[in-house]
Amino acid sequence: MEGIKYNIFIPKIRQKFILNALKENKRIDNRALNEYRAVKIKYGHLPNADGSAEVSLGNTIVLAGVKIDISNPFPSEPDKGILIVNAEFPPVASPDFEPGPPDENAIELARIVDRGLRKPEVVDFSSLCIIPSQKVYRIWLDIYALNHDGNMVDAAGIAAIVALMNTKYRKFTYVQDKGLVDTGEKVPLSIKNFPVFITHAKIGDQIILDPNLEEEMLADCKVTTIVSEGGLITGMQKSGIGSLTLEDIDKILIDSINLYQKVKENILKEVNKNA
Amino acid sequence: MSSYKRVDGRNYDELRPIKAEVRVLKNADGSALFELGNTKVIAAVYGPRELHSKHIAASYESLVRVRYHMVPFSVKERKSQPFTRREIEISKVIKEALSACIRRELFPRSTIDIYVEVLNADGSTRVASLNATSLALADAGVFMYDLIAAVSVGKIQGQLIVDLNEYEDQNSEADIPIAFMPSLNKVVLLQMDGVMTYEEMKEALKLARNAAEKIYQIEKECLKSSLESVLKVYGYL
Repeated sequence: MEGIKYNIFIPKIRQKFILNALKENKRIDNRALNEYRAVKIKYGHLPNADGSAEVSLGNTIVLAGVKIDISNPFPSEPDKGILIVNAEFPPVASPDFEPGPPDENAIELARIVDRGLRKPEVVDFSSLCIIPSQKVYRIWLDIYALNHDGNMVDAAGIAAIVALMNTKYRKFTYVQDKGLVDTGEKVPLSIKNFPVFITHAKIGDQIILDPNLEEEMLADCKVTTIVSEGGLITGMQKSGIGSLTLEDIDKILIDSINLYQKVKENILKEVNKNA
Repeated sequence: MSSYKRVDGRNYDELRPIKAEVRVLKNADGSALFELGNTKVIAAVYGPRELHSKHIAASYESLVRVRYHMVPFSVKERKSQPFTRREIEISKVIKEALSACIRRELFPRSTIDIYVEVLNADGSTRVASLNATSLALADAGVFMYDLIAAVSVGKIQGQLIVDLNEYEDQNSEADIPIAFMPSLNKVVLLQMDGVMTYEEMKEALKLARNAAEKIYQIEKECLKSSLESVLKVYGYL
């Protein structure tokens, strides 16, 4: 139940400059309206994590780490593994972030990422069952912002999927009279889908892709579209004060679906570069 | 259309019975009860009123604060946690939707506090809450660009349906809560969870727009009859 806080101050003259440039289809960092910032990916660099990825989208940096342990399954899904997504915006990432438990923005981000990974079953949850109704693997996916320069959702989405892709967990088997036994083997997660998070911002009449922090502060609202294999839409979230028309939504949907393949290939290219 | 039969026998584009009532709580500046079948939500509005933690005040507009909360007995298994992550997220999206339609610039340095209690949950609680809060704001006399008409649409066994109940929510392939300012034709809340093609999504948005229009009429009717009853008391009618 917090107020809306926008502490980052953009001088009026700069606001005008940005908005006027947008009227001529120009952006302050010289990007086209539907152009992504450069994506850089580092992964598997944190050996104590079962999986990890650090993604930078321009100056935005987001870190995702995976830890896997064993727990009881949810009663509603006794033969499926569990995924828990958390996000934190620690003060290292911005002078506006304060220490303490995740605020509503961090919780929203975690829940968007969670939604993007759950329904299209990015991880084969059935393969994460050890003893039905008793023991399953539990995936903890923790997302940390390291530098906030706008559009953290997309960066978090890439970090999440790349971290899951390079996750390896200790394989346990159930042996009669002995219980769970560590096989000493480390196996990767089986990844079934590849969701891409695509965020547009609406500023005045313009819709722009991948807003940076300044653009985000001036935007009416943002819309994140999650697109998965086959151009299916697997999630959407409008965030921020402000409104959209149905035509805007339609435009965003079409644009996101068209971008999917390109963005995905770009991510995979970056991943392979560091392999 | 496919032959999917809904559990409660409704048509695919049929809303559950709606009950909307304002001025249900005397202490609040504005209040409303909104029911979508067995989803029952009550909302109270306080304000615009003085803001006590002055450092978060905005000099040129009012703050909007929303707390969406489910009472412990509103769901099948008693909900014991005081405030879940789900409730925090829903509070945020409701706050942002309402902020878009309240004329905040008219109430600088103040706050408008909105409290929602879900009394009984049977699916679509966030859209019911939005409808309730929008009526409560109107009841409180807070200036707004428009009322909000919110509705959920979803897909179950390939069939698009409007106004999901709990069972449909649990078993659906996708669900979309969406809120409109109908007169302005603007969307103020949009979420989507599940899997849909572009065509389905487009069709779903169209269904939602039509359903929202029906809800909008009910809301206006509700406010009108509330006003009439007041006018009657003072002998103007």
